Amino acid sequence: MTTLLCNARLIDPEAGTDSIGAVLIHGAEISAVLTDVSEIEGARARAAHILDCGGKCLAPGIVDLGVKVCEPGERHKESFGSAGLAAAAGGVTTIITRPDTLPAIDTPETLEFIRRRANEAAPVHVLPMAALTKGREGREMTEIGFLLDAGAVAFSDCDHVVRDTKVLSRALTYARSLGALVVGHPQEPTLSAGAAVTSGKFASLRGLPAVSPMAERMGMDRDIALLEMTGARYHADQITTARALPALERARRNGLDITAGASIHHLTLNELDVADYRTFFKLKPPLRSEDDRLAVVEALASGLIDTLSSMHTPQDEESKRLPYEEAASGAVGLETLLPAALRLVHAGHLDLPALFRALSLNPAKRLGLPCGRLSKGAPADLVLFDPDTPFIMDRYTLRSKSRNTPFDGQRMQGRVLATYVSGQQVYGRE
Amino acid sequence: MRFSHKHLLGIEPLAPHEISMILDLAERYVDLNRGRAKHGDALAGLTQINMFFENSTRTQASFELAGMRLGADVMNMSMQASSIKKGETLIDTALTLNAMHPDLLVVRHPHSGAVDLLAQKVNCAVLNAGDGRHEHPTQALLDALTIRRAKGRLHRLSVAICGDIAHSRVARSNILLLGKMENRVKLIGPPTLMPAGIAEFGVEVYQDMAEGLQDVDVVMMLRLQKERMDGGFIPSEREYYHRFGLDAQKLAHAKPDAIVMHPGPMNRGVEIDGTIADDINRSVIQEQVEMGVAVRMAAMDILARNLRATPQEVLA
Repeated sequence: MTTLLCNARLIDPEAGTDSIGAVLIHGAEISAVLTDVSEIEGARARAAHILDCGGKCLAPGIVDLGVKVCEPGERHKESFGSAGLAAAAGGVTTIITRPDTLPAIDTPETLEFIRRRANEAAPVHVLPMAALTKGREGREMTEIGFLLDAGAVAFSDCDHVVRDTKVLSRALTYARSLGALVVGHPQEPTLSAGAAVTSGKFASLRGLPAVSPMAERMGMDRDIALLEMTGARYHADQITTARALPALERARRNGLDITAGASIHHLTLNELDVADYRTFFKLKPPLRSEDDRLAVVEALASGLIDTLSSMHTPQDEESKRLPYEEAASGAVGLETLLPAALRLVHAGHLDLPALFRALSLNPAKRLGLPCGRLSKGAPADLVLFDPDTPFIMDRYTLRSKSRNTPFDGQRMQGRVLATYVSGQQVYGRE
Repeated sequence: MRFSHKHLLGIEPLAPHEISMILDLAERYVDLNRGRAKHGDALAGLTQINMFFENSTRTQASFELAGMRLGADVMNMSMQASSIKKGETLIDTALTLNAMHPDLLVVRHPHSGAVDLLAQKVNCAVLNAGDGRHEHPTQALLDALTIRRAKGRLHRLSVAICGDIAHSRVARSNILLLGKMENRVKLIGPPTLMPAGIAEFGVEVYQDMAEGLQDVDVVMMLRLQKERMDGGFIPSEREYYHRFGLDAQKLAHAKPDAIVMHPGPMNRGVEIDGTIADDINRSVIQEQVEMGVAVRMAAMDILARNLRATPQEVLA
């Protein structure tokens, strides 16, 4: 059973190319990537199905590192079914879930529940992360070995920073012995406690409790020192400030096994978007100044920041329709990740192959997954998109159960046309 | 000239002429309040609900009196006691009240932005009586009226605001109002009680009273909350009083005719020396309370006129 996707703009993040060609899918794999006209004609004659992409972009599906699906605990906010549909509609072919659920995913048993539920309900690949400490309480490490065997791809306490440095150093040492990846949240927890916005003129004008952007650098510095001590494999979930970048660069230069990510919201919005206490813009860490945003965009373009993800965090209306300080943090992002990321391309910050390096190739490489590539033998996880079509975002069209997107009513440019997972089409735009 | 706002949520959205409009009308109400028959009919037939989610005696009494003097039906709701304890959300409370068709809603809330949120959900005019650390517009307006009456003008004055700026909504509203009316604003206080990014507000920041009070026309003292006194933000009450409490010696650096203000309630011997607070030649603290009623009458009167007008008239 072969399918030929022809007449496509092939976005190859590995080779860094953007060229017209065709992809031949055999079963669940890419069996050939063709750019030569005569080869394409030959494949056209043999393929069982032929699909003309109409010159639109074809790229490896997005690997979204750090998605919150609210199972178990808060299925009314998001289930594997709704998150899976949202992912498919957003061109996300692999979801890496966060363990900050209720209860936290900290035992092999809950991890198995997640894997079973995900396989039943979601049309895309779902790979779970597990908590680094029991109950994400920062006191005792989880059964890292058992959890790895059960399929955990990384370990993280998410926004619950491990306060006790001794606990974290032991967990990192143990994780290293098993080659496990630890995902940290660089933040000094006492400085950022209770903060709703980034300190500065805007925070003072609105009278909201604020945290200095320096708290991120302090967290980063501590974690880097621990990596020097333990040699663990580490990924910083979100870098959002300019001040944290030199530390990251130095650690990288010194040969530590460290990578870093950024969230799409921090790359496309800034603190002023909060305006008159709009709680859909309340994130953790909070939105930063425009200078910080631009510095992080530059770091993504230069490759200092490796991955770009949605940090999808569903919250229902009740938890957002509150005074700003009391409202819950987080925004959904699976379906808006690609259109929002295309803003960076349209603004000239980076090209499409570089964008997909951050969205697909780098997260897959970091987690040791075969996907994220547009090459022979890679899984046929693909996204077909039009980078230029303009539209106005309407949050009621989202497939997520929660619709807390900050992009509601905003002009976007570019949308997903079709998504393929293991060679099967899981989403198609009429 | 029109007052082109449905609500009074803060000083930030007001234009200078709108501030003057409220103050001019308030002057008339000062005269009314000093007369024997203290009664107007500007709010006759209207319902005013005072909703206080945070303790307040003076502000609530001032709004209540202002409404009654203008003929409104006034109801007080102390919200700490009622539905909040039962877990009702702010928006549900707002919708419940809205169904009772109030015309004016006066709200105080401990969280910044809560009054803005409430105003989005109701049909009546909302007056912010203080939200978190955000704004307290009627306090800034009554301070402005007090200054204007004492100094004969509300521009090109040098005004010092002293104390806990970081946690003060009164300071924020005053900084905005005095800035809009083109005055020189000096902030004096320990750096731990200054908000971040304050230099970008177009104000001067001082950490020394003698230096900051040099040649000012107006000295505004702020209340220092008890819970911030020991160790957290300042080392101790007595060190604070020594460095930042207003006494005769520090006040001598201001202009000889400088006035002293305080939004109340005062901590005598913490931020202000009792003898200065009681000095009738310098202190206008009692006058501030009097102006409070007049300013609130004016603010509610102006919003009520907009309620009666069609939307086109308001925006014209």
